[in-house]
Amino acid sequence: MLDTILITVLVMMSISLLVCFIRVVIGPTMPDRVVALDTFGINLIGFIALLMILQRTSAYAEIILVIGILAFVGSIALAKFLERGVVIDRDRNSH
Amino acid sequence: MTALHWATLSPFLLAILIPFLYKYVRKIHTGWFVLLLPITLFILFLQYLPTTSSGLVVMETIAWVPSLGINFTVYLDGLSLLFALLITGIGALVVLYSIYYLSNKTESLNNFYVYLLMFMGAMLGVVISDNLIVLYVFWELTSLASSLLISYWFHREKSTYGAQKSMLITVFGGFGMLGGFSLLYVMTNTFSIRGIIEQADVIAQNPLFIPAMLLVLLGAFTKSAQFPFHIWLPDAMEAPTPVSAYLHSATMVKAGIYLVARLTPVFGGVAEWFWIISAVGLFTLLWGSVSAVRQKDLKSILAFSTISQLGLIMCLLGLGSASLYSGFEGTETILFTTATLAAIFHLINHATFKGSLFMTVGIIDHETGTRDIRKLGGLMAIMPITFTISLVGLAAMAGLPPFNGFLSKEMFFTGLVNATQLDIFNMQTWGFIFPIVGWVASVFTFVYCLIMFFKTFFGKFKPENFDVKHVHEAPIGMLISPIILGSLVILIGFFPNLLTHSIIEPAISAILPDQRFYLDIYHWHGINTELLMTLGVIAFGTVIYLTAKKWMQLSIYLRERDPLNYMYDNGLIGLIKGSTKVTQMQMTGLLRDYFAYMLTFFILAIGYTFIRYEAFAIDTVNVAPISPFMWILVLIFIAATLSVPFIHHRISAVIVVGVIGFLIALFFAVFSAPDLVLTQLLVETVMVVLLLLAFYHLPELRKEKFTPRFNGVNLIISIGVGVLVTLTALSSFALSNQNGLQPISDFFLENAYKLAGGKNVVNVILVDFRGIDTLLEVLVLGIAALGVVTLIKLRMTGREDV
Repeated sequence: MLDTILITVLVMMSISLLVCFIRVVIGPTMPDRVVALDTFGINLIGFIALLMILQRTSAYAEIILVIGILAFVGSIALAKFLERGVVIDRDRNSH
Repeated sequence: MTALHWATLSPFLLAILIPFLYKYVRKIHTGWFVLLLPITLFILFLQYLPTTSSGLVVMETIAWVPSLGINFTVYLDGLSLLFALLITGIGALVVLYSIYYLSNKTESLNNFYVYLLMFMGAMLGVVISDNLIVLYVFWELTSLASSLLISYWFHREKSTYGAQKSMLITVFGGFGMLGGFSLLYVMTNTFSIRGIIEQADVIAQNPLFIPAMLLVLLGAFTKSAQFPFHIWLPDAMEAPTPVSAYLHSATMVKAGIYLVARLTPVFGGVAEWFWIISAVGLFTLLWGSVSAVRQKDLKSILAFSTISQLGLIMCLLGLGSASLYSGFEGTETILFTTATLAAIFHLINHATFKGSLFMTVGIIDHETGTRDIRKLGGLMAIMPITFTISLVGLAAMAGLPPFNGFLSKEMFFTGLVNATQLDIFNMQTWGFIFPIVGWVASVFTFVYCLIMFFKTFFGKFKPENFDVKHVHEAPIGMLISPIILGSLVILIGFFPNLLTHSIIEPAISAILPDQRFYLDIYHWHGINTELLMTLGVIAFGTVIYLTAKKWMQLSIYLRERDPLNYMYDNGLIGLIKGSTKVTQMQMTGLLRDYFAYMLTFFILAIGYTFIRYEAFAIDTVNVAPISPFMWILVLIFIAATLSVPFIHHRISAVIVVGVIGFLIALFFAVFSAPDLVLTQLLVETVMVVLLLLAFYHLPELRKEKFTPRFNGVNLIISIGVGVLVTLTALSSFALSNQNGLQPISDFFLENAYKLAGGKNVVNVILVDFRGIDTLLEVLVLGIAALGVVTLIKLRMTGREDV
């Protein structure tokens, strides 16, 4: 019973990922894509948590935390690039 | 090391000393030191004369590469001794001549004598080696030394051209010969010529017999300037005259003759050997004598004359090989040994008169400054000694009595006439060609001898033609060598039997073993066909010379360069152009193209293997069930991958690649690989950041804007690679199901905790079971990091960079 529900939910999560992907592709603006990628990452957190329940394991606990950090870092990097054209400033004192 | 080994190597040892002698003993001409060696060697070899003439041989071996059957074996029989005496004897005379020909002050004698000694040693090595590989080594050394000597005046363009040409042609033949020797080794399992001759009947049945024969003949023909490989010899006349006299008339060009004579017991007695050698020789004889008539330069006449005489000897060797035909009875063979006798006899005679002729031409060149027959004339009274020597040499070359050339020409005609009586090898139908062509060639030989003689020494003396102010006879030192050779011409002419039993007989028994023959060379045979042929030659030759004014206007006479040279030159240019074109076609400098080549090759190689071994298989056993959500994930994955090439915006492409990376991580999670998920996510993020960093450095103009290029071929290649990799994966999965092998992972699962004390099997494998891999991958990362630092920091601006 639990497995059936889990798989149903996973299918729904997959559809959610698909929707995010479509947004990544069609845009229309660059921030739309960045936000879609960010959402894609956040969706993964849920997806992997459900997988943990399905596979009866706690091995992926770190992964959830890591995705949280990395999705943040990736989005910030993209955002900064879009805003300033650089990711890492040459000279910190000039701004 | 026996005396013979030392004798062969002594020229090389002396060559080492020459530069020191040249540098520190400037007062004395370096040639005097060199002269001692060939004289010593000549005397040494003379001492073996009683041994070989009583039918004995000397054979001494020292090991060189015994594991490959390569030993430095010297083998001295009649044939080797004849050549060794020629090499050292004429070598001594040439060195003596060169002492007066080359000035101590203006010429770099150290180079000259080092090359000459190198050549002498190599040539001795060729003729007294019994081992084919050792023979080949010395053979190539003669090619090398010859090229060095031809380009002795290397600042002249023609010298280097001639040297390159002779090098290319003779080394080409030498390589062929090496191939032939290798085939002989394959057939007989020995490199020893003696050993091969012992197995001669066996290898005649072998299918490799003909290829081996052709390859060996390629070497012999290129070296001995046989048609069509003769074109290097006229261009080799750019060498100093002593070199021309020594290498290009008396010794090196006879190396091919030696090889043919030496291997006659192996290959002789079959129709192919007989026909190739005699036909090529005959044609070379005709071609050389006709070309010689057209030349205007004395050395060129002599060069083509050498070609023609070498053809004559080669032809006679071919005819003589018929006596090895196994179907003969005792008396019949004697008929054909005459040809071999004529070949050997003419070989000696040619070395004597051609050597002296080259030397006289050198004297004329030296004293008048020109060798052009159109400028020369009237030298008889001015250079009486040179005139006399030339007269003797030319008369011998033309085949006039009482000189030695007459005897060998008579025997040559005898050999040709005998050949018509052969009833093997289709000689009944084609044999009549031999006497006719030989006779025509002799007429031309007579004509160019007349031209050389009359144009040089008769007519009006025209001092204004010469650069040298006061034309006079050569110094006596320069005349000694040609006088000795000229005397030999006369001596052999009057007393030919001096040589028959001591030298010629043992030489022939080396070429035609197990044959009985009786030799007696004498002048008067009575009135027979040969004598009439000689009279005809003289008559026709005189007529042609007297009508010279008419045919000298013909265009064929005015064009003196051999038509085959155009083929050689254009062939060489074409080769260079063609290879440049081929290189430019494939080496485009575009990585894209090289990548396409690699992948195409990959597709062809793997695809062919698949088809050849019918390797494709699909096995659905052991396939895991697919959850419904996986379908959707795979769909996204495929869509994301396919969309990448169509995205026209760099940042968007990076974001889509990020999606792909996230999805891969998710797949890892679905298939229970938590460590991989972690690593994949980290690497993915770093990649995105790095790509963004790289974009900042892209050129301003194309910033954030690019259009993927579409190319049909690339599409096909990429689809092909994808399909092949998929097929390979499916098939190998099927294989892993079928072979029933136990996977090694069971061991790791069992023992990770027991042996290594870790519960994370992946990490235990990485740092314990397979720690070396990890170590090296850490190294890879370190090198990459250093590389990045170097690329960014090191600008090579001249100041301190890093």
